[in-house]
Parts: sequence; structure tokens; C-alpha cells
Amino acid sequence: MGETILTMTGIQKHFPGVHALKNCQFELKSGEVHALVGENGAGKSTLMKILTGVHKKDGGKIVFMNEELTNLTPRQAQDKGISMIHQELNLMPHLSCAQNIFISREPKRGGIFTDDRKLNRDARELFQKLGLSLDPKTLVGNITVAGQQMVEIAKALSFQSKILIMDEPTAALTDKEIDDLFRIIKALKTQGVGIVYISHRMDELMKITDRISVMRDGEYIKTVATKETSTDEIIQMMVGRPIYEPPKSETSAKNEVVLSVENLSTDRLFNVGFSVRRGEILGFAGLMGAGRTEVARAVFGADPIHTGEIFVHGKPVRIRAPQDAVRHGIGYLSEDRKQFGLALGMSVEDNTVLASLGRFSRLGLIHLKKTAEITQEYVSRLKTKTPGIKQDVRNLSGGNQQKVIIAKWLVRDCDILIFDEPTRGIDIGAKSEIYKLLHDLAGSGKAIIMISSELPEILRMSDRVAVMCEGRITKILEAKDCDQETIMRYATMQEETNQKGEMTRE
Amino acid sequence: MSENQSIAHDKKKRTLFFSGQALQKALAFVTLVILVLFFSLASPNFLISDNINSILLATCVNGLLALGVTFVIITGGIDLSIGTVMTFSAVVSGVLVESFGIPLWLSVLICVAVGGVIGTFTGSLVAYLRIPAFIATLGVMMITRGLSLVVSGASPVYFPTEYKEIAVGSVLSKLIPGFNLQNGVLILFLCAILASIILNKTILGRYNLAIGSNTEATRLSGVNVAGWLIAIHTLSGLFCGVAGVIISSRLGSAQPALGQGYELEAIAAVVIGGTSLSGGQGTISGTIIGAFIMSVLTNGLRIMGVKQEWQTVVIGLVVILAVFIDIYRRRRQKI
Repeated sequence: MGETILTMTGIQKHFPGVHALKNCQFELKSGEVHALVGENGAGKSTLMKILTGVHKKDGGKIVFMNEELTNLTPRQAQDKGISMIHQELNLMPHLSCAQNIFISREPKRGGIFTDDRKLNRDARELFQKLGLSLDPKTLVGNITVAGQQMVEIAKALSFQSKILIMDEPTAALTDKEIDDLFRIIKALKTQGVGIVYISHRMDELMKITDRISVMRDGEYIKTVATKETSTDEIIQMMVGRPIYEPPKSETSAKNEVVLSVENLSTDRLFNVGFSVRRGEILGFAGLMGAGRTEVARAVFGADPIHTGEIFVHGKPVRIRAPQDAVRHGIGYLSEDRKQFGLALGMSVEDNTVLASLGRFSRLGLIHLKKTAEITQEYVSRLKTKTPGIKQDVRNLSGGNQQKVIIAKWLVRDCDILIFDEPTRGIDIGAKSEIYKLLHDLAGSGKAIIMISSELPEILRMSDRVAVMCEGRITKILEAKDCDQETIMRYATMQEETNQKGEMTRE
Repeated sequence: MSENQSIAHDKKKRTLFFSGQALQKALAFVTLVILVLFFSLASPNFLISDNINSILLATCVNGLLALGVTFVIITGGIDLSIGTVMTFSAVVSGVLVESFGIPLWLSVLICVAVGGVIGTFTGSLVAYLRIPAFIATLGVMMITRGLSLVVSGASPVYFPTEYKEIAVGSVLSKLIPGFNLQNGVLILFLCAILASIILNKTILGRYNLAIGSNTEATRLSGVNVAGWLIAIHTLSGLFCGVAGVIISSRLGSAQPALGQGYELEAIAAVVIGGTSLSGGQGTISGTIIGAFIMSVLTNGLRIMGVKQEWQTVVIGLVVILAVFIDIYRRRRQKI
């Protein structure tokens, strides 16, 4: 490890209604792999977006190579040698590797013609530096995700990068590809590049990193040397919250199983099985990309399934499209309300009755008085704040939009409600209202599945918790056995689940 | 909490201030009135009953096509085949009359039904095979244009003279003497009322708006989106069939080479009437106003002696202006 090339101190960032970064710090040395870890929403991405000029900082200081960086733009950051490799790769599949690497910087001949020979030669040189046997003329769309990542790394190197930020670089890679990636990371280290490594996978962090910095709730917690720490210590730092959330004490769960799912597999899910009882709230915990939303969409018929059986009230049902799921009394409340939940340009009334228009009409004519009555009833029952039922839902706040969607499924008389991140983007006051609503719904005998990335929310609401990792359910925990650390352990169970998964696939 | 409410109120105020769709509809109506006033002042021959009748009659075919395609455009789709579907329905029913001597009332029903069947076909291409609407309907446009020529042997199909009564006769003048409103115009207005009821009061209309507003959310509400899309295209096809009856009745014949170009005029009328090409918003009254703006413009310019070439140029400019206003207010709404 060389000298310090980057210090960020006292970084502040506000988003509307959120204090995203509170006095954060970070330091990077040349030739170092420095892990940045924390739960979803801890502020890792925001901090890195400030470093790469995507977001402007509200306060604090960034010193890079003895120069203070102010008013950084993404282009400047790149030119100075700060590159980020995003989880979602930003390559154009119809262009070749070399064309992608040098996009907007093509070597020219005579001012207008691109010099393809030089382009490919330069790309090949970069690949050689990385020890890659990749033809620069291959179309990016024809190579594997791992290969594309290498192209991104080569592109970063072509900017003479001093700092390379990798966001979950191994998420889509096989074990063999991960080994290749690590080999390249080591090569970059010897060339003096400082690497910020963002990952949830504890085993990898232990293997490849030199230091680990932990963030939580927008705050910097601590930096430790990898050699002197353990997985347990890191997880403790990640979840250790000042507020202790006791597991749920009362339950309205009955014995009657309302929904059970067996051996559910899709492109991204492997042998998922669980059941929900009447009056129960089953929490789904896991890190981003663990497959929780995919489970919801598969059960609801929104995505095709390969294998699997679904039972509603003990009877096997075939769900091939959302309309089948709705017919069997399943309602889905998406995490993305605006894209998947609401017709934003339509009124509170239109949205409330959208799933049950058949009930309010005769010979195709809608009984407008009835729909107005029922909407009014649910507006007052759920205490939805709206100037009127004719108001466009676009003009309501997040919490009230959520209530409109809940009303939609209650009007439809669903027994099974799947809530995907029910409080995302909802302010704290409205959150507790949504929590109370969920409890009341369970109390009235609904079976509820609640997907959430916020562990305190999971602990506070769930009767049982299904923990997912990489498309599998790694454990279903009773509320009394739950605490944040146990859940995090099952949510990061890389090695074990991989082996299990391999065995079940064979 | 009170803060939430005040936000909702603020936003409401803002949308009321330049309340989008209503504004454009009002604008279209004001434009129509201004055009009528302008042409009345510019030419003494404009506001006389003969000319008014001819404007009304000229609006019928375009208006009927526009009514049907309004539903399709509200889903966020498009239908380029409406003009040739209209022709095809008319040709089929005409050939049945000419060659098999079927009664005229039956030929009318068949004409409308053929339009509906083709609409179902187009709808299936779009909803089940997921072919982009632009391409699918372009294909159907070419298919029906070709089939019209095949079925008719590429020559006009003539109807008996009494067939003319359907469009240019006047049932109303028998009920109210002196009120010579032609049947074609009456049919247009009746169809407009029907369309308005369908859009505003029925499940089909509600799903139509919902699909256009957010297809995925509608699907995830358990609505059979594909099925309703087919129903909507079928409805549009039925309107094409009615238009087929009117145009062949007016001409006394079904002209197999006619039809292309009508779709663009109908779409233009819909857009001028404030229906958004991105879907989710639209009104029937707007479409009717749009159709009248088109025919008043054409008629007025002709009376003023503007050459046909230039009439087309002016209408093109009006369409661009209408779409620009739509996009402009949308952009402001987002802020």
C-alpha cells in the first residue's frame, strides 16, 4: 500500500426530507482495496456518487492527489482519474469492445474518419495489461456479463484511473469468473490503483480487501483492517442501531394456512417454498437483488414460472396471469407505486375501483353512484387525505397514494395481500399509520406477505421472517428467534447456499 | 400530516390554473368558433345553409373514423388501417348486393360487422402477438387495400339508387318539416353520443383510460388487458364499418381504390381535439370538434379560393400546432 490519494471528510448530503449523509468520511491509499459496506440505504452509493460528481455535496471536503475538488462534474471526475463501474453496466451491445472503450474519444484520421486500426490496437494493449484474451472487435452483446465487466474495467483504465469504484462487481459472476476478477484486481493493485469495493458478500470481503469501512443510516461508523476483524464484527457494526426493535409480541395468526407455495422456480428463483396463515404477517427479508420482489411477482402471475405449485386455501391453483391471482383473492402492492400500482392521471375513485369494476356494473355500464360511495367509504376508513375522490392520485402524497392502492385491494375483497416495500418513499408520520393499517388488516384475518429492506420494519411487523439470498429462501425464522444480526447472517449466506443450490439443481 | 394535505392542495391549485385537457378542448372549441367567424366575414358564401349542410356532410366520414380511433389512441396505440378497413367493408357489402342481391338492410349490417371483424383481427395482432401497433396496422392497411381490389375486381361496385337515402336523405325532415338535417350527420351525432357513453360510463371506457394511463398497473390490478385491447380495436373497427356505409351511400358506390389517407385525417382530428398520443387522456367531444375544425378549414379555404395544395399545407400546420400544444402543457404539468 502506498500513500493516501483520497480523503473525504465531513461530507454532508441532504435530499428532500432525508439527511442522506451525516458528516461522513472515507480514505483511500494507492494500491489498496478498500471495502465500503452497509445495509441498503446506508449511504454507500450516495457517498460514491458525490465522489464521481453525480451528486453535489452540501458540505465537507474532498482532497484527491493533494488537490481539493469542488463543484465536481462526472466528466471532470473521469478526466481526473476517478472511475466507477456500476452494477448495471453502461455499454452499448451493438458496438464492439474497442468502440465501447473509446466512445466519444475515437482516434481520428484527417479530422473526420475514425482510425479503427489504432482504436483496436489501443484496446488490445489495455486487454494485455489486464491479462485478458479478448478480441477488441467482438461485439459487446456477444460476450458474457463477466467479459463486459472487464471491458468496463479496461475503459476505466484507459482514463489512467487512480481510483476505481466497483459496485457489487461479483453479483452476476460465476465462481470461476470471480477468480478472474480477483486476479485482475490484484494486478491493478500492483499498478498503484486504489479500489473502492462495494459488496454484501462477507467471504469475498475477507478474501480481497485490505480495509473495511462501515456505514449505517448515512453515518460513518468505523474503518478496520481486514486482517484484524471478523465477519461477525462487521455485521454487528452494520446493523447495530441505537433503537432496539423488540420482536413482535402479539400475533393475530390463526392455524389455517391460506396460501402455500412449493418448489417455485423461475429464471431468478430456485425452489422457493413458504406458507402464510390467516391473520399472519410473513416478512420477507434480504438484500437488494435477493429475489424477494421476484417471488411476489411470480406468485401473482406477473412473471412466468418454470416449476412450482401454489395452493390457496389448500386447493392447488394455476396462476398464469395477474387476473388469475386476483380471482383467487391475491392482491399485490408493488414497491414502485407510480409505475406498477397506480394510474396516476386517473382519480382516487377510478383507481380504487379499478380491480373490481365488474362488481359495480351491469351490462357494462358502471354504476357511478355506487363507485363513489364505496370510494368515499374507504377514504374515510383508511383516513386517506385527499381534497376529494375526483382528485387525480398524482397530486396525493406517497402515504396517501399507498392507501388508495390498499383500498383497491380491500374493495376487491382479497384475502392475501402482498406488500412490497410498503413504506418506501413515505415520510415517518405516515409510516406508522401504514404499520397500524397492516396490523389491523392482519387482525381482520387477511394473510399478509410484507417485503421490506428495513430490518427494524421486518422485526416490528412480522410473525415469521423468510430470509432470502440469491433467489433462495435461506431460512424461515420465528419472530422470537429474530434479531437483526441473525437475519443479516442468513441474508449473506453466500457459500452455503451456493453449495445447496448446486445440489438441488443436480 | 397537515403538510401533506397542503401539498395536495397546492398541486391541485396549480393544475386548476392551467387545467390540461379541459384547456385544450376549450382551445379547440374557441378555435372552431374563431374559424367560423373568420370565414363568415371573409366570404358571404360561407354561412349559408347550403354550405353549412355541405360542411356537415363532409365531416361525417372523417368524424366517424375519428370517433373509433379515439378509443385506440387513448390506449396509447394507433391505427393506420381505419381508412382502408372502411373501404373494404363497403366493397364487401357492395359486392354482396351486386352479385347476390341481398337486401340493403342486411348489407348495412354486414358492412358494419366486417369492420368489427377486421378490428378484432388487428386487436389480436397488437394484444396477443405483441406486434407494435404502428406496424401491425400498417400491415392491415395494406392487406385490406389489396383485398378491396381483389374482391371488387378493381372496379367500383354500384349500389341501387335508394341506398343513397341512408346518408343524404333526411328522416328528421319528415318528423320536423323544414329541418333538413341529413341522415349521415344524424348518424354521426348519434354515434358520438354512443361513443361518449361508452368512454365515460362503461367498463370498457374505464379500462380504456386505465390502460392508456398505466398499462402495467392495470394488468397488475387483475384486468385482462389483452382482451380489452381487442375489444377496443373491435369497437374502432365497427365505427369504420359505419363510416363505410356512409361513404358508399354518399357516392352511391364502393370505390376500392379510395380510403388511404383517411386514417391520417382522422388521427389529425383526434389530436386537434386534445386526445393525447401518449394515451390515457381524451374526450369524444374534443374529437368531434377536431373533425369540424378540419372540415371548416378545408371548406372555408376553398370558398376563399385557396388552392387545394395550400389547403393541405394549412391543415398540416394546424396538426403540428395541436401536437405542440399538447406536448407543451404536458411538459409544464410535470414540473
